[in-house]
Amino acid sequence: MSISLQRILILLLLGLAPLTSVQAQGEPGGETHPFSLPDLPYAYDALAPVIDAETMEIHHARHHQGYVDKLNAALEDLPEAREMSLEALLEHASTLPAAVRNNAGGHWNHSFFWRSMTAPGEGGAPDRDLHRALEEAFGSLEGFRDAFETAGLDRFGSGWVWLIVEEDGDLAVTTTPNQDNPRMDVADPRGTPLLGNDLWEHAYYLNYRNARGAYLQAWWEVVDWERVSRRFAEATDR
Amino acid sequence: MTHELPPLPYDKNALEPHISAETLEYHHDKHHATYVANLNKLIQDTQFADLPLEEIIRKAPAGGIFNNAAQVWNHTFYFNCMSPDGGGEPSGALAQAIQQAFGSFEAFKEKFAASGAGNFGSGWTWLVKNAGGQLEIVNTSNAETPLTFSRMTPLLTMDVWEHAYYIDYRNARPKYIENFFNVVNWDFVARNMG
Repeated sequence: MSISLQRILILLLLGLAPLTSVQAQGEPGGETHPFSLPDLPYAYDALAPVIDAETMEIHHARHHQGYVDKLNAALEDLPEAREMSLEALLEHASTLPAAVRNNAGGHWNHSFFWRSMTAPGEGGAPDRDLHRALEEAFGSLEGFRDAFETAGLDRFGSGWVWLIVEEDGDLAVTTTPNQDNPRMDVADPRGTPLLGNDLWEHAYYLNYRNARGAYLQAWWEVVDWERVSRRFAEATDR
Repeated sequence: MTHELPPLPYDKNALEPHISAETLEYHHDKHHATYVANLNKLIQDTQFADLPLEEIIRKAPAGGIFNNAAQVWNHTFYFNCMSPDGGGEPSGALAQAIQQAFGSFEAFKEKFAASGAGNFGSGWTWLVKNAGGQLEIVNTSNAETPLTFSRMTPLLTMDVWEHAYYIDYRNARPKYIENFFNVVNWDFVARNMG
């Protein structure tokens, strides 16, 4: 096959299966049942010493896999919900059984979480637009970090802490219990997550034991600000 | 009044191999101790400052004071529910009540284990005596405790926060639950029947 013909075929195939920008960047949401565990975008030891390889492996291969398996099982007997995308399941969480809400949330949250991190020191910084928005909302980047860490410490029990773009376009720090997230119709406030950190003890217990505050502080080292900036640009159509 | 951290009723390594000394060290000296310290800090200069623990739990609205007070009580109760001389099966009136409510001790264990495994997130799984004197199994989330449920007497609790088992069992909560039964202090549970 000549190179040009190959190129034409590839272009045709791309045209037949237009990817949304969200899917193109590997963000979770568009996929449907049966769900599968996404690969990590880096090796299990890539985030050490902030998060060690054992934590990453158990978190990904056991916890996240568990949510995927339980979500698939919960949807077996729900023909209507089975047709819905992951994103749609979140948006209709209030009408779905707890097993779907918990495990769809667990699947989305972890997929999003893996793609919020990169090797220590490689995450860059917020781009100009995001930096300006963070300053407007929190006074400074430091102010944002403080707000995020404080909210993460104050969330009692298992849950997540988020930076979101609210429906009115403002940035906000918020938390959700267990595996809920700001995409869900049960969340208040709702919004588009830019960044989320896992507050379940399984996320940090092997490395930090009971010291959630130390984990929240160390975690900034592995935040992928390039991706967070892209999410912000997309959420605000810049 | 200042609330005190009660000492563990046994040595840190007393529950090995089912629960390690390291787990108990963190669980008692860090988690439990932090709830006590937070509670004492939070109640200063409030209407709760001079109340006994159980009264704080019954009267405090949802939030920090309730969470820390209830976690102080839950952990003290939990540590007393275990003993190096524990395990086996209950006897006497407690055994009868379990048989009456669940059919058999084995059936109770199975139901209690399934309840604990299915308690999503952080929380506690309890055996309680309800208002009618019947035994039942209830799950609570986070700091929630049956102390606040109308006329319910807690008999036994199992902590299913991840910090209770993550050092020893990682994500395998069912394995922790299975081994928890090896250290249950049935004498303590029986005394709670009243």
